[in-house]
Amino acid sequence: MTPSPDVVIVGAGIVGAACAYELAQAGARVEVIDQSTPGSGATAAGMGHLVMLDGDELSRLSLDLWHALAKDLPKQAEFWNCGTIWIAANDDELNAAKTKPGVEMLDASQLYQAEPNLRPGLAGGALATRDSVVYAPVVTRWLLEQAKAKITSAGVTAFDTLHAGAVICATGALTPKLLPNLPIKPRKGHLVITDRYPRLVHHQLVELGYLQSAHGDSNESVAFNVQPRPTGQLLIGSSRQYGVETESIDRHMLHRMLRHAFEYLPALRDCNVIRTWTGFRASTPDKLPLIGRLRDHLYLATGHEGLGITTSLGTAKLIAAEILGRTPPIPPEPYRPERFHG
Amino acid sequence: MTFDVAILGAGPAGLAAARAAARSGKSIVLIDDNFAPGGQIWRGASQIELPSGVRFYPQTRLFAVDPGFTLHTEPLGTIHTTTLILATGARELFLPFPGWTLPGVFGAGGLQALVKAGADIKGKRVLVAGSGPLLLAVAATLRKRGARIAGIAEQANFGTVVSFLKKYPAKLPQAIALRARLIGVPYMTGVWPTRFEPRQVTLSTGRTLKIDYLACGFGLVPNTEVAQHLGCRLDDGFVAVDSRQRTTVDNVYCAGEPTGIGGLDKALEEGERAGAAATGQPVSRKRSHTGAFVRDLAATFALHHQLYSLAGPETILCRCEQVTHATLAPYREWRDAKLQTRCGMGACQGRICGPIVHHLFGWTATSIRPPLVPVPAASLLTTETPPEPENDRSDNAHPSNP
Repeated sequence: MTPSPDVVIVGAGIVGAACAYELAQAGARVEVIDQSTPGSGATAAGMGHLVMLDGDELSRLSLDLWHALAKDLPKQAEFWNCGTIWIAANDDELNAAKTKPGVEMLDASQLYQAEPNLRPGLAGGALATRDSVVYAPVVTRWLLEQAKAKITSAGVTAFDTLHAGAVICATGALTPKLLPNLPIKPRKGHLVITDRYPRLVHHQLVELGYLQSAHGDSNESVAFNVQPRPTGQLLIGSSRQYGVETESIDRHMLHRMLRHAFEYLPALRDCNVIRTWTGFRASTPDKLPLIGRLRDHLYLATGHEGLGITTSLGTAKLIAAEILGRTPPIPPEPYRPERFHG
Repeated sequence: MTFDVAILGAGPAGLAAARAAARSGKSIVLIDDNFAPGGQIWRGASQIELPSGVRFYPQTRLFAVDPGFTLHTEPLGTIHTTTLILATGARELFLPFPGWTLPGVFGAGGLQALVKAGADIKGKRVLVAGSGPLLLAVAATLRKRGARIAGIAEQANFGTVVSFLKKYPAKLPQAIALRARLIGVPYMTGVWPTRFEPRQVTLSTGRTLKIDYLACGFGLVPNTEVAQHLGCRLDDGFVAVDSRQRTTVDNVYCAGEPTGIGGLDKALEEGERAGAAATGQPVSRKRSHTGAFVRDLAATFALHHQLYSLAGPETILCRCEQVTHATLAPYREWRDAKLQTRCGMGACQGRICGPIVHHLFGWTATSIRPPLVPVPAASLLTTETPPEPENDRSDNAHPSNP
């Protein structure tokens, strides 16, 4: 048995916290450094949608891990297995959705039975029953506590000055400030939360066109993506923008996003909005994260785009396997940093 | 709609500002979220005269302001103006004690407003508790509407209250007149409620009183959200203004409680000055209500430190999200506490619990962003503006709106 490596993790978002948790489980002493409150970046800004994407082994593994972890999570983590309904606006989308693995297909009448407030005229949907939602800041704090991680409140400007057996960069959309040569760009998103409207929506609702917005490269895009919180509040998303670094609301994006959401769920028009905010995803050219060794003792766990909360747990498994020399639970190649300079 | 001057708030300060501004002949708009002018203090008074030439929109809630200025209101829509007068008043400070969230406990001003709006209080036994001149006024109103006032519990000491009245004899007739309407009502000083259970209140003296309602007013919190949203500088929680009521943001004036809790006379005087200054008229140099009065008022009715430790572990501090004292106590800073507990993330967006956690834990809850008040999602779309040039948000050289 090798002695426990001392690990320093830069970034106390959910990805950094999950890595801390995983490595601590293996016996490592972990320090987490962040200049801000743990879980206050994209972890707090995101929806907390735990979602499986087709063909992405990391999200499948992670969803399994979330279901296994759920029973241990504190109540305030609000883990809720509400499922996702991918909404098909027309028959083409419905047919395409049939290739999704692990979903129950819904015809139009089943869709309206499940979600009566959707606008008329939709073709149907695909229900991903294992998808869930979670309140990520509480999970982040819990993971750090379980890891007994030392939390240091400080800014980091360079990794070379950090001395540890392994240093993990889990800095999300701030990564370009530290490692400007990595192919990561901040991708801004807007979110809106309403007052409580229980029973208006029962599942996370996402249009199938979402994937074009998420995986496409257009400078600005919106998609219908609404999440019911266990409190009855509704989160309304989503938008994607490159090239904007200010945190303020970009009203034209907010409008596009809302107008699009009203098209799918007209009842939203009358729901009182109590807060709007923005956050930044860490986007890579192929929309997959960078997980693995970059150089020397420096490992990357960043670039998760809109999927960081979901794939935080799987990311931690891959990182821990590499650092500890264990067999990875899934093939790590699609996520390895060297794919961009191999 | 375009006006030369927009006045936010139709209480005493806003009405005084409207009267002064109207003399200039400029076009003036006055908006307020209540159904009638008068603000909290003149609420329901029948003879409030609106100056001619002033367009008044009641039940209109401002939820965002763009520089220049464009006001986004619900349900009215957008209003354009070049000059703004903030007369946004104050709200009640709530302090948590065991039972404060139970039915039967009201804000003092809140209960007064309900009764003025027609709520029946005949024959109900009410204790009015807290601090400040408002308690007498509330008790007088409630009694007039048929309530049986079990007492007034003023937390300040008798001596301090008397010294204040000696120093400001002009306030004496007002106090005497109110007191005259409250003959037979015990006025207790140095006393506050420590616990409420249905139909019973326990006082700091240990005594219990059988009551139906407890009306609490621990003081006022200035409504500075619009000023903060506009970027006006605050000093010690109040909007900084010069002798012409100008804030640190060009063409934004402020009058009344947001510049310092001082009551009616100060509000009228500042409103007059703001209205004149904002329309280019000469501004009276006479200032009878100076910072000294505001400071003396605050000092006289400064809350006893024990009032900040009445909450038990299970006492709720954030009503919207039902967050208890025990849940919040372990946190060292507001951002962390908010993220972990959702304190301040509910419908009131920290307007009630923000001042509470400020007093109890010293946290400053800073989250001023549109919508400033909850509005239907569809209303957000009325904030339509042409796409802005990139990254111009912090630029002070805004293009003027039409």
